[in-house]
Amino acid sequence: MIKTLARSIREYKYYAILAPFMMIGEVAMEVLIPTLMAGFMDSGVKNLDMPFVLRQGGLLLLCALASLGFGLLSASFATKAAAGFAKNLRQDMFHKVQTYSFANIDKFSPSSIVTRLTTDVSNLQMAFQVMIRMTIRCCVMLVLALIMAVRISPRLCLIYCVVMPLLAFGLFFVIGLVRKIFDRVFKTYDQLNNVVQENLHGIRVVKSFVREEREKEKFTSVSASIFKDFVKAEHILAFNNPMMQTAAYTCMLLISWFGAQLVLASGDNAALGLTTGQLSSMFTYTQQVLGSLMMMSMVFVMITMSRAGGRRAVEILTETPDLDSPADPVTTVADGSVDFEGVSFRYSQKAKRDALERVDLHIDSGMTVGILGGTGSSKSTLVQLIPRLYDATQGVVKVGGVDVRRYDLKTLRDQVAMVLQKNVLFSGTIAENLRWGNPDATDEELMHVCRLACADEFIQRFPDGYNTHIEQGGTNVSGGQKQRLCIARALLKKPKILILDDSTSAVDTATDAKIRQAFREEIPDTTKIIIAQRVSSVEHADLILVLDAGRIVAQGNHQSLLESSEIYREVYQSQKKGGGEDAQTTLAQ
Amino acid sequence: MPRLPLRNNGRGAQDPGKTMTRLLSYLSPYRWTLVLVLICILVSSVATVAGSKSLEYVVDDYIRPLLDMEEADFGPLFRFLCGMAAIFAAGIVSAFFYNYLMVKVAQGVQRDIRDKLFSNMQQLPIRYFDTHTHGDIMSRYTNDIDTLRQMISQAIPQCIASVVTIVTVFVTMLVSSLTLTAVAVVALLAILVATKKLTGISGRFFVGQQDALGEVNGYIEEMINGQKVIKVFCHEEAANAGFDKLNETLFRNAYRANMYSGMMGPVNNNLGYVQYALVAVVGAWLITQGGSLGVGALMSFLLLTRSLNQPISQVSNQVNAIVMAIAGAERIFDLMDEPPEEDHGYVTLVNAKRQADGSLAECPEHTGLWAWKHPHKAEGTVTYTELQGDITMFNVDFAYEPGKPVLHDVTLYAKPGQKVAFVGATGAGKTTITNLINRFYDIADGKIRYDNININKIKKPDLRRSLGMVLQDTNLFTGTVMDNIRYGNLEATDEQCIQAAKLANAHEFIVRLPQGYDTMLTGNGASLSQGQRQLLSIARAAVADPPVMILDEATSSIDTRTEALVQRGMDALMEGRTTFVIAHRLSTVRNADCIMVLDHGRIIERGTHQDLIAKKGTYYQLYTGAFELE
Repeated sequence: MIKTLARSIREYKYYAILAPFMMIGEVAMEVLIPTLMAGFMDSGVKNLDMPFVLRQGGLLLLCALASLGFGLLSASFATKAAAGFAKNLRQDMFHKVQTYSFANIDKFSPSSIVTRLTTDVSNLQMAFQVMIRMTIRCCVMLVLALIMAVRISPRLCLIYCVVMPLLAFGLFFVIGLVRKIFDRVFKTYDQLNNVVQENLHGIRVVKSFVREEREKEKFTSVSASIFKDFVKAEHILAFNNPMMQTAAYTCMLLISWFGAQLVLASGDNAALGLTTGQLSSMFTYTQQVLGSLMMMSMVFVMITMSRAGGRRAVEILTETPDLDSPADPVTTVADGSVDFEGVSFRYSQKAKRDALERVDLHIDSGMTVGILGGTGSSKSTLVQLIPRLYDATQGVVKVGGVDVRRYDLKTLRDQVAMVLQKNVLFSGTIAENLRWGNPDATDEELMHVCRLACADEFIQRFPDGYNTHIEQGGTNVSGGQKQRLCIARALLKKPKILILDDSTSAVDTATDAKIRQAFREEIPDTTKIIIAQRVSSVEHADLILVLDAGRIVAQGNHQSLLESSEIYREVYQSQKKGGGEDAQTTLAQ
Repeated sequence: MPRLPLRNNGRGAQDPGKTMTRLLSYLSPYRWTLVLVLICILVSSVATVAGSKSLEYVVDDYIRPLLDMEEADFGPLFRFLCGMAAIFAAGIVSAFFYNYLMVKVAQGVQRDIRDKLFSNMQQLPIRYFDTHTHGDIMSRYTNDIDTLRQMISQAIPQCIASVVTIVTVFVTMLVSSLTLTAVAVVALLAILVATKKLTGISGRFFVGQQDALGEVNGYIEEMINGQKVIKVFCHEEAANAGFDKLNETLFRNAYRANMYSGMMGPVNNNLGYVQYALVAVVGAWLITQGGSLGVGALMSFLLLTRSLNQPISQVSNQVNAIVMAIAGAERIFDLMDEPPEEDHGYVTLVNAKRQADGSLAECPEHTGLWAWKHPHKAEGTVTYTELQGDITMFNVDFAYEPGKPVLHDVTLYAKPGQKVAFVGATGAGKTTITNLINRFYDIADGKIRYDNININKIKKPDLRRSLGMVLQDTNLFTGTVMDNIRYGNLEATDEQCIQAAKLANAHEFIVRLPQGYDTMLTGNGASLSQGQRQLLSIARAAVADPPVMILDEATSSIDTRTEALVQRGMDALMEGRTTFVIAHRLSTVRNADCIMVLDHGRIIERGTHQDLIAKKGTYYQLYTGAFELE
């Protein structure tokens, strides 16, 4: 995991390496300063040796400035490294997702990808920064302060040998206890947020069933369990500080006691042993040693907590895209014919059954093909194999007589335009959205395709016309308008094959008919494959396929299917008996 | 828990004093605990100061004299150390207690605020939810409350402890030497100025970072949700390029913000050493000039200087947290202060039974017969009216925003058991009418009567209980299928719920679920199809069994078979009830007793299907698909 993540450090490697070095400098100065002060006090101030005071004072000042310099540099390097790491990681993940196939995308829910790219990366950035700053600081401080202390008096350091392991054990014991509770609290927090979220979304349901009281009960009970767990965890954590203080004060007292005897033995003579000045420094080093131990335990908590985020990020990075352009790709598509030869497909190896079973099919270039079938009959699956959004598990899918796996992906997908069932417009103007189909399209071309998709008329009615701003998710246009814009966007590619996956469901029947008429007259050479719920949308097609449970159970034109296919007849009848001349279904958007 | 500084929506606190006072009022239930905490903090801070003071005495007064003795007597040292140990112990114990006690206060206040926030939110009118984004409301429960907790549990106790230390130390310093104190204070001011400067700069970049982060997150969200479209249009390169640009801006801001705030530590720390050196030099010079200052005093003064800086930099670190928490508290209080939904109704819905003389009387048990209990204050009498589901609207006008009327002069009658269908374009006012009937919004002018009672006189909960709702967007809650159906009527038995599911045509698919009625639903029933969710919401309304139903038909395309099921479920639900239906399906409309065609907030045509077809007006055009309802 660490190795995969570390790859994102790249050009910030030097900062990541330099930051700890600067930190060593800063800490070294900080450790040196108590010694200087001891000398300053012992020899300078005590003896009122003014030149010595000035010299030592100047030295102290220099050390402080050096330490400041090191400190500023290490702060700057560490933050640059951490922010750079986050930037690269975010970029790597985003770019990686762009290489995903549909099958890869299906594995993660969009919201989970978003969380990984946002919250998880932010937390990792924090953890990384803490790691190269605090961890190093603690370790260096611990080691240097210990060295200094040992130099002053190895015998007094024996006290550390007793106290330090005890403290370390205590700290890590507390943290071990608390971590589990915190893990649980964070899950309960998710629950609490879920209650609020559901309440906000369903507020009309809550109010119309007069369930406010029940919602409050639900909320307070989750809220109370958070309270309980948090109190428990923090009560345990409350031992941390006193434990640290106990250790520190015990050391002080022991050092004073044994130190006094050592001082007495040496007669306060540095040559013979411990002096009073050195004893004072020992106190400072004790603080530093134990303080860094305490800090280490906190850093440890932080890093273990970010482990889960790291794992989630790595999952994105190590997912292998399961389809790609071949080595020596075909870059032209001869015509808009489509062939399925013994094609079976299942979404994953674990799936219980094939989504498509042994499909054989031939579509001539320029044909209009309609596809009908209930939910779960794999209509969408069938058409998604044509632009190679998924690879067939068995058999061969051909476009223009060539196996789709031999095409360059971009070539294939530009020639096979698909309007997805769950379609999306992006924030930006209408024109910008349309130009996804072809970045170089002229305004005339835009208007042309919009006329074909019966979108021009409503676009012109907007005050800003083609420059009307579309909100994220296309929330400021109606469902029917959105679908027509999506069709126009696909048409702009001038594809050889156009696939509409239930893309006119929200368009009224009259407009739907107009669009079909435009297709017939204006792009007769393009193969049109139309999935629909409405029989009226497909009844004039050259070929109609009826799908059921992953098989083509009937095919033919309207007349022949009315005679031969029971399912087709049933659907037709049920819609027909609905209404006037043109089936039942939708009245509005 | 690692966290980036939280977003504050770019504004600081409006009235920090008032907010703070209000926050303190939440602490009042814990006041005795707080007094105890305060005492503990005092003891602990004094013990800390005393402890470090006594360390100097150890060397000067107890160890050094040993050297001059003929025979070293460790007795005084031992006794002194025992005294120190006692002080330390007092410090440790009180530190433990205040940490321990504070947990309950901090968590308790957080819970109290959280619960109050949610319970107040339940009383808000629908208007509030329609005009505020969910994300904005959510962030008060997450970010804002969390900053508050940090402030109460960490910032405030630390500040108190620091202030106590600062005062103690400062007073001691003043007593020792005025001149040296002045020197120390000047240096201290320099440190404070530097800190403030850094906080200012980093604060600016933090705002920039939050904005950039918002933009990057927004972009990620939009692109990831449209990932399949990106693939279909081979738009990966463009998506990457757009991302890289935003990501770079974020990097620049994040780097600067964290760098400047990261510099605070070294600056505080090392300027402290500079201060130390300055005081030492000036002090030594003062002594050589023959002032009253002694060497021992200087040495202890120097130690005091060191112990002054630490709490000060602690306070300055906490100030930021406090400012952020107050801004968060203000946002929380804003939500709490939203005026709750008004309800001046006094007519209630009660169980009733018919007496021998044919009049109604209230009774405690469920009879299946409901009555409106209408007290007349003037006469002191109570009348009972049978709940039938007769709804009339007279000349109703309504506007969501003043000056932008949505409904004009709407008049309609629905007799018990009748079906009224609303037809019209998006924004014609169909949903608005239903919002007025259950008083999600109140009318501006006109009258709505329910069983001949002005609905303003009916208590809102009772009014809503008598109205069933099936909305276009089905909202299910986390829980079992059974829980979700029972949401309609908490007293319903399992049998009644199953009965309702059967009525709604939902039973068939429910029993095929892995755990049948006990199947857990999460994420708004994500494991169910759109059609199945609709069936469940129909069952939920059916179990409530209200005399009046409001149905908003879904427009999304579901396959023909499920749609037929939904249709039949809806039909069964409408049977024998007064129904208002926002219709999208022609079959629904055709079976309606009365169709209202709405256009720009007016009823432009009304009548039965046959009437309207014969009229060859707007409805006829809609019906034949001659124009679209947009």
